[in-house]
Amino acid sequence: MNPMRHSTTLRAPLLVALLLSPLLAWGQDDAALSAGDTAWMLTATALVLFMTLPGLSLFYAGLVRAKNVLSVLMQCFAIACLMSLLWAVYGYSLAFTDGGANNAWIGGFERLFLAGLQVDTLSGSIPESLFMTFQMTFAIITPALMVGAFAERMKFSAMLIFMALWLTLVYIPIAHWVWGGGWIGEMGALDFAGGTVVHINAGIAALVAAIVLGKRKGYPTTAMPPHNLGLTVMGAAMLWVGWFGFNAGSELAADSTAAMALTVTQLATATAALTWMFAEWISHGKPSVLGIATGAVAGLVAITPASGTAGPMGAIVIGFAGAIFAFIASTKVKHWLGYDDSLDVWGVHGVAGIVGALLTGVFAAPALGGAGLADGVDGIGAQVWIQFVSVIATLVYGGIVSLLLLLGLKATIGLRVDEEQETEGLDLSLHDERGYIL
Amino acid sequence: MKLVAAVIKPFKLDDVREALGDIGVSGITVIEVKGFGRQKGHTELYRGAEYVVDFLPKIKLEIAVDDGMVDKVVEAISTAARTGKIGDGKIFVFNLDQVTRIRTGETGPDAL
Repeated sequence: MNPMRHSTTLRAPLLVALLLSPLLAWGQDDAALSAGDTAWMLTATALVLFMTLPGLSLFYAGLVRAKNVLSVLMQCFAIACLMSLLWAVYGYSLAFTDGGANNAWIGGFERLFLAGLQVDTLSGSIPESLFMTFQMTFAIITPALMVGAFAERMKFSAMLIFMALWLTLVYIPIAHWVWGGGWIGEMGALDFAGGTVVHINAGIAALVAAIVLGKRKGYPTTAMPPHNLGLTVMGAAMLWVGWFGFNAGSELAADSTAAMALTVTQLATATAALTWMFAEWISHGKPSVLGIATGAVAGLVAITPASGTAGPMGAIVIGFAGAIFAFIASTKVKHWLGYDDSLDVWGVHGVAGIVGALLTGVFAAPALGGAGLADGVDGIGAQVWIQFVSVIATLVYGGIVSLLLLLGLKATIGLRVDEEQETEGLDLSLHDERGYIL
Repeated sequence: MKLVAAVIKPFKLDDVREALGDIGVSGITVIEVKGFGRQKGHTELYRGAEYVVDFLPKIKLEIAVDDGMVDKVVEAISTAARTGKIGDGKIFVFNLDQVTRIRTGETGPDAL
């Protein structure tokens, strides 16, 4: 989301009313609802939820072994429900309202339990209920992304508690820092749709979770191939389609910036998918369907922060770079280092997110076809430095708080199922169900 | 009487079935099996994680024939199933002590 747009839309109606009221009795009409913007944002909100349910869920479901297929579907589904409620109770208020003296760090309590959010309350040109729900779908998918890191071994109860705490102590503050008027947005960082807030944030927490939980039993000597790549490809395709809502919806309006966001999303994704496919073809000898689908996701991640500022040719470079780095991270570096980020949340979302966040600072430049650097930022170097600071802040804050939360839970209720349950599979051992009764 | 057992590549099953039909074989049993021979297994690669699959899918045929048919059957299978590449399979011939047709109770060559 465009932070400048958001902050100006909150102030603009008042200002306009003050300036124009003596001249024009109808001045307040400037804050009117736009049917076009509202129609698009209703659609975009549905598309972003569609990314998690069922897109991401299926993407992950196909990648695990058959005995754990229900467990990842269940985790994504339950996260979607839990985050929705937490977002309404306090998440939205703390992320997106004015925190007064502490606004650089955290929002306020004005909308706790959605108090004051009436049917006709507006946020810019759309109903505030719609803005709140659109943001809710982001607060849903970000924790759900992490499911891939600890798949096939985490206790469901510990997962729910961790996600609730993580949303509260990591997602909400960082969303406020970047989009809610906090210090990262004020510093001039460009993050249109969530490179830092969503992807780097989920990526680093996922990496920490994979390391704290430890490897799956038998990893990496036992074969753990994906059990149904058909599901995975369907899920990846749904993510791609849904991502138009994520990126083009982050404009919060049906306008030309939204249209360009959609265009660059398509180009970066197509480039990244082909890049991964050819990288694998060259290094292994055959192009794989998992490779092209994973490349598409890496491209979607990489273009996310840049989708409101990059031009079409910049998007192609961003997609290419995002896929190359994610490919190396997921297929080489992970195996060298030996951690078991089972479904490559860090390798794809973390790494492509960082590449995208940094290159956002480059391809926002009008000379490179971009829509312009942040206000008051002088030159690509300065913008990239600001992007770098926003990436490091997300990695350090998100990484440390996630680590403390996970260590705390590990010492109290425990994070992992026992070995017998893990061998039996989480579907039967945690849910008393089987994914396939054939 | 002999029992001819042949392990062949799955995609050659139709050719072998046709060749056996042409020489007058009136019945075969087909079993989907897995195994390895000189072909070994194959590798699968998922995001850089390489898995060696030791056992390859094969088709096993069992054909009970009278002694006079054995050479023709072996010849028909090996011609039809041959690609010339490693992994084409093997043919085993066993002595067969007794055969009974369940429906009529006939035994011996009459039951074939």
